[in-house]
Amino acid sequence: MGGWAIAVHGGAGVDPNLPLHRQEEAKQLLTRCLNLGISALNSNLPAIDVVELIVRELETDPLFNSGRGSALTEKGTVEMEASIMDGPKRRCGAVSGLTTVKNPVSLARLVMEKSPHSYLAFSGAEDFARQQGVEVVDNEYFITPENVGMLKLAKEANAILFDYRIPNGCETTCGANVESPLHMNGLPISVYAPETVGCVVVDREGRCAAATSTGGLMNKMAGRIGDSPLIGSGTYACDLCGVSCTGEGEAIIRATLAREVAAVMEYKGLGLQEAVDFCIKTRLDDGKAGLIAVSKNGEVAYGFNCNGMFRGCATENGFMEVGIWE
Amino acid sequence: MGWAIAVHGGAGDISRSLPHDRRQPREEAIRHCLQIGVEALQSNSPPLDVVELVVRELENIPHFNAGRGSVLTSEGTVEMEASIMDGNTMRCGAVSGLTTVVNAVSLARLVMEKTPHIYLAFDGAEQFAREQGVEIVDSSHFITPENVERLKLAKEANRVQIDYNAQPIQNDTKKEKPCANGDSQIGTVGCVAVDSNGNLASATSTGGLVNKMAGRIGDTPVIGAGTYANELCAVSATGKGESIIRGTVARDVAALMEFKGLSLKEAADCVVHERTPKGTVGLIAVSAAGEVVMSFNTTGMFRGCATEDGYSEVAIWSDAQVE
Repeated sequence: MGGWAIAVHGGAGVDPNLPLHRQEEAKQLLTRCLNLGISALNSNLPAIDVVELIVRELETDPLFNSGRGSALTEKGTVEMEASIMDGPKRRCGAVSGLTTVKNPVSLARLVMEKSPHSYLAFSGAEDFARQQGVEVVDNEYFITPENVGMLKLAKEANAILFDYRIPNGCETTCGANVESPLHMNGLPISVYAPETVGCVVVDREGRCAAATSTGGLMNKMAGRIGDSPLIGSGTYACDLCGVSCTGEGEAIIRATLAREVAAVMEYKGLGLQEAVDFCIKTRLDDGKAGLIAVSKNGEVAYGFNCNGMFRGCATENGFMEVGIWE
Repeated sequence: MGWAIAVHGGAGDISRSLPHDRRQPREEAIRHCLQIGVEALQSNSPPLDVVELVVRELENIPHFNAGRGSVLTSEGTVEMEASIMDGNTMRCGAVSGLTTVVNAVSLARLVMEKTPHIYLAFDGAEQFAREQGVEIVDSSHFITPENVERLKLAKEANRVQIDYNAQPIQNDTKKEKPCANGDSQIGTVGCVAVDSNGNLASATSTGGLVNKMAGRIGDTPVIGAGTYANELCAVSATGKGESIIRGTVARDVAALMEFKGLSLKEAADCVVHERTPKGTVGLIAVSAAGEVVMSFNTTGMFRGCATEDGYSEVAIWSDAQVE
């Protein structure tokens, strides 16, 4: 029993040809976040504070698809969303459609703690942000040249991009197989493929928390909401565990994936890793996704059914791992 | 086995001394919508079409908190949301923040069928509505004098609530003190249906909470919270959105059936009576086997159900007389 545990992710579904230097950059960021979390946990910061801290860090870094570095809508703008959940009492907060808020996860937390609601979106959320005095910037701040390039490619392929795969002109669903690799500035476009970010933590008191943040799908319709802000889909935490998912949002929503992990633990008595494996194997059908999870007993687990997931995890007894591939 | 259908017009602190002129039109409306659904099932309409049809009807009736008759935000505007889910395929669609779309549930269905996404909201959803050519009107169409009064009362009481007892205009002395006794959550409409082949579907629609912050999203468009359907059952929930989200209510009914082998009724009762705070939740559900359940932990829930073997019921409270 006991001891803290933490996991972070930067998205599921990674191009097997991702250049080594980009793999290194990702691993360094994940390591840095883990270390930040570890020191916070060693100083007894509660789980809910740790997940927010780490996700803020991931949002601020432009490498992954959240905050700065978010994927772009079909209009070339950024619309960010996030959610956070505190296991004890299952308090939760979520935001969608943010365009100027520097750290969506922190606004989600404020929704949870300072509003009578659980979920605020678009201009209502932006107004709330101003009332709360959170840091706001121009929408341009979040837009990176790499993502502008990706959007252009996506529009040319007339597709919506999941991670690195570019479907050939499919209009109804996405996630088809990659064809010949496209290039931009001499580098395979996969380098720029954006991901969601998340963090799950159990602290020394056995309290679990989870948070997820994203810019969503590249070339998504304006107003599209994915799984990341939906409690039970992209994020979930209760007395037993904390879960954050990433991948094809629509598949994650249909599977209510984050809640599913907790439900099989609670209703079928599965252990954390068993629950994660069960959900990844049986709940996703054709959808590609991954998730990270911690249990109140200080365990950490992750799973994914796609080609790689940027992740890192650590437990109080000294275990630490950062990885991308299986 | 056989078809089954249930509809609801919201769970909450519905006073048993609700005046006749506020009770009767709602009961009539539930009866009417139920009948529409029954006739559709009898003509072999797929459950997905049935739930959409019935919820459209409920949205058009101004007595319920959905479509016309939606409660107002703190700014005096209407922001409507809805979701729909098909049990077999588990495809789903949801919308939020609608201000001009006459039938939110139909737009949710179009999101499901005509886009690669599941959920569209606010300006993006409104734009999509125009691209799809659905019926839109000036947002004043949805606003009723009753709801203008409700908002005024809520602001005076300075709390977020939906209270059927906070009568706008009445000089009715039988009503309880408006909104003084904690939040009365009501509103939302929904329908669940199963055909004789076990195909299931669910749909829910609402204007949300009176005096809600602009941009507030409740449980109704959140798949797994207000709406859920899979191969076992279809569920539509109503009540305090924040509790339904936290409790992943609709999903949990199905999860209990699947993972703990509970029956539909046991699962519904467990979620409503053991897993959510009293006074916050109601739900309707049908199973692939043609069973129907309507369960609530609030004072009442406007509801109705019917099954192919001829059973039918319309009720508000849990009076023992109905059997």
